[in-house]
Amino acid sequence: MEKKPYDVIVVGGGNAALCAALCARERGASVLLLEAASAAERGGNSRHTRNCRCMHDAPTETLQGAYGEDEYYDDLVRVTRGKTEPRLARLVIRESANLSGFLRRHGVVFQPSLAGTLQLERTNAFFLGGGKALVNKLFASAQRLGVRVLYEAKAEAVVLDGRRFRSVIVSVAGQRTEFAGRALIAASGGFESNLAWLREAWGAGADNFIVRGTVHNTGVVLRSLLDQGVQSVGDPTQCHAVAIDARSPKFDGGIVTRVDCVSLGIVVNSEGRRFYDEGEDLWPKRYAIWGRLVARQPGQIAYSIVDAKAVGLFMPTVFPPVPAASIAELADELGVPRNPLGVEVDRFNRAVQPGAFDPTVLDGCRTIGLQPDKTHWARRIDTPPYLAYPLRPGITFTYLGVAVNESARTLMRDGSESENVYAAGEIMAGNVLGEGYLAGIGMTIGGVFGRIAGHEAGTHARG
Amino acid sequence: MRAADAPLLQPLDEPVDEGVRIMTICNACRYCEGYCAVFPAMERRLSFSEADIRYLANLCHSCGDCLYACQYAPPHAFGVNVPRTLARVRGETYRAYAWPAWLGEVLGRSGVLTALALAAVIAASLWVGVSSSRSEDLFHAVPGARFYSVIPHGVMFFVFGAVGLFVVATMFTGVLGAWSDMGEERTALADPMAWKTALGDAFSLRYLGGHATACTDELDRTASLRRAAHHLTFYGFLLCFAATTVAAVYHSAFGWEAPYDYLSLPVLLGTAGGVGLLIGPPLLYVCRRRADPLTLDSAQAGAGDALILLLFLTSATGLLLLVLRETSAMAILLVVHLAIVMALFIVLPYGKFAHSFYRLAALLRYALESRRPHRSADEA
Repeated sequence: MEKKPYDVIVVGGGNAALCAALCARERGASVLLLEAASAAERGGNSRHTRNCRCMHDAPTETLQGAYGEDEYYDDLVRVTRGKTEPRLARLVIRESANLSGFLRRHGVVFQPSLAGTLQLERTNAFFLGGGKALVNKLFASAQRLGVRVLYEAKAEAVVLDGRRFRSVIVSVAGQRTEFAGRALIAASGGFESNLAWLREAWGAGADNFIVRGTVHNTGVVLRSLLDQGVQSVGDPTQCHAVAIDARSPKFDGGIVTRVDCVSLGIVVNSEGRRFYDEGEDLWPKRYAIWGRLVARQPGQIAYSIVDAKAVGLFMPTVFPPVPAASIAELADELGVPRNPLGVEVDRFNRAVQPGAFDPTVLDGCRTIGLQPDKTHWARRIDTPPYLAYPLRPGITFTYLGVAVNESARTLMRDGSESENVYAAGEIMAGNVLGEGYLAGIGMTIGGVFGRIAGHEAGTHARG
Repeated sequence: MRAADAPLLQPLDEPVDEGVRIMTICNACRYCEGYCAVFPAMERRLSFSEADIRYLANLCHSCGDCLYACQYAPPHAFGVNVPRTLARVRGETYRAYAWPAWLGEVLGRSGVLTALALAAVIAASLWVGVSSSRSEDLFHAVPGARFYSVIPHGVMFFVFGAVGLFVVATMFTGVLGAWSDMGEERTALADPMAWKTALGDAFSLRYLGGHATACTDELDRTASLRRAAHHLTFYGFLLCFAATTVAAVYHSAFGWEAPYDYLSLPVLLGTAGGVGLLIGPPLLYVCRRRADPLTLDSAQAGAGDALILLLFLTSATGLLLLVLRETSAMAILLVVHLAIVMALFIVLPYGKFAHSFYRLAALLRYALESRRPHRSADEA
């Protein structure tokens, strides 16, 4: 064990952890930041992000128009179906107005929204080069200011004495050691890369899930805190999952594994049958439900099938589609029985109603008489080559976290405040985001609560 | 699923194949589109031909911004390294059009030694040629710095003109070939608006590390240094070229022969350019040494070093010759200077110098392309 205690120990190496470390250091605290990943893979899931959602009353350099507190709050209530703590939600929204200025001060560069990210140019500030560029800048700033950073430092347990944080036990590059601190900031993410824990929540089917982000979000700190009486928040059986290419690597596939052609064709399961309305709403509004839909199919796999007419109408994919000259051949290539698939496609084609196809609006091109019907963008699948993308659930994050108050201080199960345990980022995002997702809000929660936690923990430790 | 999908995750040996693999990954991500021209140009495509990759390669400055920002950079399984891959593609292009090919290999093994040996051999041959054709002692001061009494103007003009023309013709053929391979019409080369944009981009180094999102402060500083060093070298070279051109006009049109007065236009231009080449190339060398080896193509280091050294020596001996032109060292300095210039000419097509032609062609195409409607998916 190192003799001298740190004022503030931050567990984590993503956006929330870095914002916390920077603010604690700016308060004059001595800060130790423990990043589980190597220097090359640092940054948690922040390295896969690209923007944060910011309130603003007037156009800025990179944001158009205005995005006020109430509209932001309404959006949040809509996606979470009310599962949000209003005071914390409004705090995040109000403070989001100051976030980009803070990040800029620490070297982060912003740019106008990326091409193809429809409707985000007003609400979301994009990081030039994406989240890893942001993480690089924040690490550089932290090191300049004198934050001590340890890589390959995996927290194994947090030592609490009642409501009081004492120390954290860490394996640093395989070597076990203990660091004492006057305050802890837990910013170590969720538990989505802990396969055993996923199995607990979702059964054997979880083995077929793909984790879109870091391999290091094992939830060790989360579980350690919950086991020692810290109050939990968020549904332990829920995760945010989208349908991604089944050929993606098990971890860290990130943005490129997305498949954006679901609404342009049909989706069938391994039995060759459709199971949900592919044209329910515009894809950006619906892509998040397809993870769970695919998770409910046998073997947790499905196939998005389009024909040659769809080529060029969706974002290029990282994996090439499986091509075939006929539906029967496609069935063979995919290992799906020919018969239900051929019949399913025929039935679908016969049910398609005439209409003016337009992928940019709800065009009303639909089928009639199917179970389920496709209600928009329904066109016959009749022009070879037929193209298929295999889909699996790709987990982005988990909702279970620790409960916090407006000072980012964690709450105990009896409702009292912990003395010196703070939390920021995905580990406490469930306080604000109890369900669903709003593009860019993860980084905003991380940045805002990271700053609050750093400020409060720094003040607590120095005072 | 088909086994053919697996190679996507594995880096490939052939630079162009690797370029196709990487651009396919980048095109599904697009986080880097704010950095430089490579990514907007990439987004106009759904798939990539060899000519596409060569075009994109010549829009890249290997500044490294996109590598540091890349969530798929090594050690990620995708192993994406855009700057190094595109540098390899460029190196392949330069070598393909440089002649003779064996010289490229020798340069690749040891650029500095080859450059020095080349200059020494040329200097020795010149010296032998000059001494044998003359009776008086060449170390005796030639009054009034009469260069042409050491080497006649006709000889200088013919030898350097021929080699220079050969070098320019070589690179021109290469660029024209590349232009056609990209599917562009020769007539498009006559578009004045595109030239205006392309020249503006080229002369301002618009896309060279303008954002510098390097992961350390040191890399950040190297990026700004590189920009300054490149400007000094590029404008230094242009000024020297202008000095030579003005002198040639003086000589042929007006019959005004060298040496020129210290305050004459050729000397002023040459001196200014010489100072640029005295500072720029060594700085470029420093940048290369300090640059992240991950962003570089090590196969090009030799030819790069040779070019940097010869540019520096051309300027150093040229300025020395200017200062000492009235002394007994003039003849030997002139021979050494001319030998280094000749060695520089010979080395030009193998390395970094060729990039100026390919880069300009790529920027020209980028300017033309930017005015065409987007073919890609998500621009609606």
